[in-house]
Order: sequence, then C-alpha cells, then structure tokens
Amino acid sequence: MNKSIWTVAALALVLTACKSTPMNPAKVEDSSVTRPVAKSQSNTGADSSASTDKINIKTVDVDTSKDELSAAELAKRQVFFDYDSDAIREEYKGLVANHAKYLAAHPQTKVVLQGNTDERGTHEYNLALGQRRSVAVKNALNVLGVSDSQIETVSYGEERSKQNCADDGCFQQDRRVDIVYAGQ
Amino acid sequence: MTLSELLVIILVYKQTKMNKTVTMQTFKNGFIHFLSRTIGAGLLLWQFAAPAQAALEIEISGGSAIQIPIAILPMAESGAASSGSRLHEIISNDLRGSGMFRIINTSGLPALPNSAAQIKYTDWTALKAQGLSLGEVQQVGGNLKVSVQVMDVLRQTALLQLTYTVSPSQYRHVAHLIADQIYEKFTGQPGAFATRIAYVTKVGKRFTLQIADYDGFNAQTLVSSNEPIISPAWSPDGSKMAYVSFEKKKPIVFVQSLYTGERKMVANFKGNNSAPAWAPDGSKLAVVLTYGANSQIYTISADGSNLQQVTKSSAIDTEPAFSPDGQSIYFSSDRGGRPQIYKVSASGGSPSRVTFEGSYNVSPRFSPDGKYLTYIRNDGGAFKVAVQDLGTGDVKVLSTGSQDESPSFAPNARTIMYATRVGGKGTLATVTVDGLVRQRLSEAGGDIREPAWGPAQAAPK
Repeated sequence: MNKSIWTVAALALVLTACKSTPMNPAKVEDSSVTRPVAKSQSNTGADSSASTDKINIKTVDVDTSKDELSAAELAKRQVFFDYDSDAIREEYKGLVANHAKYLAAHPQTKVVLQGNTDERGTHEYNLALGQRRSVAVKNALNVLGVSDSQIETVSYGEERSKQNCADDGCFQQDRRVDIVYAGQ
Repeated sequence: MTLSELLVIILVYKQTKMNKTVTMQTFKNGFIHFLSRTIGAGLLLWQFAAPAQAALEIEISGGSAIQIPIAILPMAESGAASSGSRLHEIISNDLRGSGMFRIINTSGLPALPNSAAQIKYTDWTALKAQGLSLGEVQQVGGNLKVSVQVMDVLRQTALLQLTYTVSPSQYRHVAHLIADQIYEKFTGQPGAFATRIAYVTKVGKRFTLQIADYDGFNAQTLVSSNEPIISPAWSPDGSKMAYVSFEKKKPIVFVQSLYTGERKMVANFKGNNSAPAWAPDGSKLAVVLTYGANSQIYTISADGSNLQQVTKSSAIDTEPAFSPDGQSIYFSSDRGGRPQIYKVSASGGSPSRVTFEGSYNVSPRFSPDGKYLTYIRNDGGAFKVAVQDLGTGDVKVLSTGSQDESPSFAPNARTIMYATRVGGKGTLATVTVDGLVRQRLSEAGGDIREPAWGPAQAAPK
C-alpha cells in the first residue's frame, strides 16, 4: 500500500475537495491532480507539496486498469433534491452513474452517502428524511452494479443546514446527498 | 375567560454568560451564579452555595384568571449566613412564573414578622394575602438549615412547616422544593420547580449538551463536541442521559451517567442510530435504526443487548415515545403519505393511527400521567406545539412560533417545554397545557435547542 501513497494522495486531494462543503474549484482544476488516476509510483513536486497539507490521508487501494473516468468527473459529489422529495433529478443521474461506474470497477472502495435536509421540521424527522435521500442514491448505485457492501447510508438531517434561510435558493443547498469516499 | 382578563407579567432577568472552556465529558459548574455578585463579598460561603449562573434569560407572560395572592417574606438568618439570603426571591419567582400566584410586594412595609407569633394578621388580610411564608436560615456546621412556615392568613393557621438541612450547594434546590410544597398546598397539584432540564447549545461550531435547573440556573455541561448532538432523553430515574452524537460522522446513540460520566455506545449499527426514548422502567430504550434502508423503530436493552425490531415498513417510522404504562410506543410515520402519529405495541405488531386533524403531526411525547400527548403540528407551513387530550381526543395548538419543535412535559404534566426561534435564534419556551402562561428562556451566547424536561428530583435526605 505504501508504494502507491503518492498516487493515493493525489486522488485523495481531489476527493477531499468537496468533502462536506461546496467543492473548491481551484483544487479540482489543478492540473497536477486532475489526471485520471494512474497506478504510478512517481512523485511529482506538486503532489509532494499538497501532501504536506493532508496528514490524515488514508491509503486506498486503487486498481486503475479499467478506469475510464477523469478525476474531475468523480469530483462532483453532491446530489441535490427538490423540497420534500427523494427523487434523483435528471441532471444528477450522470453524476450518480459516474460514481457507480467507478465503484463497480473498484469493489474494494467504499462510500458513505450522507443525506441532508434544510432546517424546516424537527431534528429527528429530518434525520429520517435525509436518510431517505441517501437510500435513493444507494438504490441508484445498486441498479448500476455497486454492491451493498460498498455503501453505507447515513443522514445528518438538518444538522449541517444553513440557518435562517430567507428563500428556497438557500434551502436548496441543504437538500442534498454528499458522496463521501472512505478515508476521506 | 377572555384575554382581557389575563394579567400580564413580564419579568426579565439578564445575565451574561461567563466564558469557560469545557471539554468532552467534563461535569463541572460552568457558571458563577449571578446572585454571588449581588450578595456581596462578605458571603463567601453562599458564593459557593450557588455556583451556577443563569445562562438563560427568562420572560414570563400571561397568567391564570384567578391568581392566589401570597406574601413570601425574606428569611431571617443566623450564624455565618448572616445576610443576603435570596431564598424568598427564588420561591417568589417560581410561584409567579407558574401564573397561578400573585406575589404581594412587601418591600415598603415597615416591620416584617420573623416568626409566626409576630404576625399581625389584620395587616395581611388588608393586603388581601391568602398565604404568608416566612422562615429562617441557620448555618449548622457546614450545612444550611432552612425552616419555613407557610400560614393560612384567613384561618390564621400553619399550612406547612418545612425543615431542610442541606449542603450550601443545594441552596436553590431547597428554594424550589419549598415552592413545590407551597404550589401543591394552594393548587392541589404537585409543583415542578425542583426539576431539571437538558438541552443542546450551539455556539459557533461547538455543540454542548447541558443540564440545568428548570429555570436555567446551575447549568452544567455533560458533553461538548464539534459535531452535532441531538435528542437528549432522561432516564426515568434521572441518573442517565441518552442522546445522539455525530462525533463519528454518523448518528450514534450514547447513554451517559450524569454522576460518574461513564459513557456507552448503546446503538452503533450500520446506518443511522437515533431518537432514543426510555421505557418507563428504565430497562430498555426505543431507538431508530436504518441499516441500509429507511428509519425503523427497534427496542434495545440499556446495556446495548437484546435488539428487537418493532416496526417493519417501507415508510419512515421515527420519534418513538413509550406510553407511561410501557405497553405502547407512539411514533411519527409517513406510511399514510403525510407524517402522522401512530401507536404500536411495544413488542411489535400492527400500528394504528393516533392523529387525524392536520396534515402533518410529528414528535409525540406523553404527559407523565398519561392523559395528554403533545406533538408538533405543521399548520400551514408553521410548526407549532399541539396537545391532545387522550381521553376526549380534543386537540389544542399551544405555541405561537413558526419553527417550534421538541416538546416535552414537566413531571407535573402542567407545562410543556419546547424549542422555538426568536429573532433567528434558537431559544426555549414553556407553555401551560391550558395555553394561559408562557415563558421564554434564551441564552445570551448562542443557539439553544432540543430541550427535554427531566423527572422530578428527590428531596435531599
């Protein structure tokens, strides 16, 4: 595993870019880390400097032989939902399919799907609503060949929501599922 | 009764919360009592006696149509505890805040009696007092001996004679116990002043689970975390707290002893673990688990063993609450489309619907006497506290906010505490079951939410 640590660092940096907050486009577009993940032991100067910021990186065993997805495609990790809905919108089906393809090709890789809601309603009921959204994404991944053993569905409910939203544009940002890769 | 008949009392105590760092599982007094500033430097003993500060601001409005006029006189003092007793103020605030009493102002009176023998009853009948409380505080060794007599002014007889010998740290507790006795003597119902509440504060990105006296004093931190904490639930004996912590990046149910700090993960299964609710005998909890699917209700022993599934649906089933007889679990479910409250045998089986009015009813909680169910109703987009008389089926919407949640009953079943938002900030509020008396408790520093009213506290031995 140590042999691939720099490769993993590069992947992890991309994956970390949008852990639970809106992703940072600057990181995603950094040319040194947006290449399709390659099983290479080479260590570039750019990666080295990045890795010093990320001391908690965990090693992920990545088999890239079948990898056809760019890191940029996988960097999109947020699926947004309509009010009171757990239906995956048309515009997010491609995003979910990209992750499904990656996960199906990497059966050792695990993800946690974190459901979220806006702040309206009770904490526990929102926890259940957020869970329903994470299950909706899980079901979509399952259909596309991802094993249950690779997925944990959890919910944060409204606990990470913005407070005192004035309009639906604000609430909308809270109604989402975050796809979080293990070790991120 | 009309609104115009209601007296309106507004009391506002403002205190500033002291900054103090608290860490995970510390169980320390986080605050200095505001009284210690008003009592003065000469009373070092009583500064220790009251080591907590009111972190909460209390505002009271409304009142019962008929209020019992009562005089609560300052206590005579002897020994080192020679001045500055505020017992009578704490008692007065309790009784006034209940909405059931009118406290007679005695500050302008020339000479107040120190004993029952000195009472000139004609003075007090002239003031229309029905009751008169007086007493004495003595320092006995390291303890305080508090003796109180409560007189029936019309009959000129003693209604109550109470004596408590307690450590100075139980100063406020004794005042609440006395207020409970007075309340019960005059109203015929038990008081709920000597009780505690739990709630969660969010200051910046820091969440703390705190317990405090019902009036917000003596606040202590049970848990402090950078991740959310929700759903505190008192064990029936008041010695443990179940709650949900996200400290491991997912909701996990913990049970923590208040007195030893011992902390145990009771439910940590794949997926979510949330919504703990104690069975009345304290032996087990209802919890909500998901594994890979939707929220379902289970029971689990308080030690984390003997997991049993209670509901089996493809809908959301959550927010369980045991009925006081332990036989049923009431819960929120959207199995019928919109969320409503259902009940099911605690051992499982086929649920039946409880709420029929309104399109959205969640978060059921029983009154300890089993007569009422309180819950949150979404009423045209506004979330409000409702109470349902389980005998008659009558439903009354009690709260006035738009994002009210987490209702729970006082042990005497007269008052409901809930979370509300005022000016964009989370605060706590109470309302009586008849809707007549309201209080608000807010914290200066941050957001306060998820209140849970604890069981009655035993009198000190």
